[in-house]
Amino acid sequence: MANYIPTTPDELQEMLGAIGVRNIEDLFAEIPPELRLQGELNIPQGMSEPEMIRKVTRLAQANETVDNNCCFLGGGAYDHIIPSVIDHLLLRGDFFTAYTPYQPEVSQGTLQCIYEFQSLICGLTGMDQANASMYDGSTAAAEAINMATAQTRRNRVLLLQTVNPDYRRVIGALTTPLGTETVNVPFEDGAIDPAKVQELINDQVAAVVMQYPNFFGCIEDIERISEIAHNAGALAIVVVNPIALGLLETPGKLSADIVAGEGQPLGIPLSYGGPYVGFLAAKKALLRRMPGRIVGRTLDVDGKAGFVLTLQAREQHIRREKASSNICSNQALMALNATIYMSLMGRDGLKEVALQCFQKAHYFKRELAKIEGVSFPFTGSFFHELVVKIPNARKVIGKMAKQGIFAGIPLDNWFTNLKDCVLIAVTEKRSKDEMDHYCNLLGGLING
Amino acid sequence: MKFTKEHEWAKLEGGIVTVGITDYAAHQLGDVVFVELPAVGSKVTMGATFGTIESVKTVSDMYAPVGGEVVGVNEDLESNPALVNESPLDAGWIVKIKVADAKEFDQLLSEDDYKKICE
Repeated sequence: MANYIPTTPDELQEMLGAIGVRNIEDLFAEIPPELRLQGELNIPQGMSEPEMIRKVTRLAQANETVDNNCCFLGGGAYDHIIPSVIDHLLLRGDFFTAYTPYQPEVSQGTLQCIYEFQSLICGLTGMDQANASMYDGSTAAAEAINMATAQTRRNRVLLLQTVNPDYRRVIGALTTPLGTETVNVPFEDGAIDPAKVQELINDQVAAVVMQYPNFFGCIEDIERISEIAHNAGALAIVVVNPIALGLLETPGKLSADIVAGEGQPLGIPLSYGGPYVGFLAAKKALLRRMPGRIVGRTLDVDGKAGFVLTLQAREQHIRREKASSNICSNQALMALNATIYMSLMGRDGLKEVALQCFQKAHYFKRELAKIEGVSFPFTGSFFHELVVKIPNARKVIGKMAKQGIFAGIPLDNWFTNLKDCVLIAVTEKRSKDEMDHYCNLLGGLING
Repeated sequence: MKFTKEHEWAKLEGGIVTVGITDYAAHQLGDVVFVELPAVGSKVTMGATFGTIESVKTVSDMYAPVGGEVVGVNEDLESNPALVNESPLDAGWIVKIKVADAKEFDQLLSEDDYKKICE
């Protein structure tokens, strides 16, 4: 692929001549003068490249990042180890600068990457089919709900309150205007009591939406809740953390119908919130409800294997206002990032990452429990994230941040009844020394 | 046999209206790859969508020519949707509706009127 090539002055004159104007200014002649900027923009003069690099580097150094701090934050985006080989492949010009190249005649590489992504997501989730990716985890969850309401022709959804509260807001924003009513299923302990779901379900409910592990890190009884959904003719939608699936049973085996999730933990940098990639997978019966694009494997006229976009007929560019989804792109580059990560890790590597997350988080809980004044509001199994109650939590977190530790997320951001409760994530990247240092510092701040 | 301007045909026999799409519609759609059928026992109203038909080119809604209860669907279409192309007026039928109000059937287009629409 060619690099970016600027226009020469001669070419510029040729193009202007062809359309019959003298200069660029003439192109704006139709805009009334009083609406146009008179004089120059009030911005500094241009800089040379080395000057600009020096200035931007200095600005960037003022950022507090996970590279110059120790990060125990989670809540949907996680600080995992990112093998450096990912960038070496991802930043190749063929992938990095190409925008939606889907013509099969020229894009077999891109299409095969997406096909592999879909296959890996199917393997990870235990589903029959996955699409070419979504914008992020929250919008993938909302699309899952739209699939369920279209499939069941029902318009109520039971939304477990242990689903990420930011996801619940996005779900509300994307499904309410389509006439979907969401009913919250409240929590008492860290995981939902399936009896609560049983209490609220009826034949109006299109789907039950749960998260695995949930926002508090706890493991919901996916199998039991899915069974309750199915008995009422509703679908079971599970929002997952893909890393946890290295260790936990797949939602497919636990009877889920649709799985949605955030792909950031699969080797994608935190980057202040994006770009990330969502994934969406489902059982075969829902194939024609799947939004977005799907890459299929087929044979060309010579009988050789090749890849093409398939099942396009329901997309917005054909169905117009009758399409059940208006996603008309995907996150191909970030999906490739996740694909490289999953291929590199393999089955055993993903299991190892998940196991380390799990074991370190459990070690950390045991160490935290030794600090007087620290308590744990929730019981039950958790994966790599846990809720910890700390006296004067916000003040303590602020002090720890000054010592280079991102100590956790205050849950009263969303839950008024969880004052002084902090959500802490422990990934495989955290060392024993870092966890011990955290505990020493915390103990000193609470009891010192 | 009567017709709708949405290119469906309807045939009334003993209070049951059999519905399919016309030869013209089948030709316009191209190869049909999937027909989404309503549930037997569900209620439909005249002019409302009761299912979709997907070809390699597009997906179209199908509209009920009369209101009533769905008493049968062509299950052969699940494994062989191409029946709609091969035999739109016979083996490619789509649903059977127990008509609630026979007057609705009388309002549908005659063959001659339908042919004028297709010209």
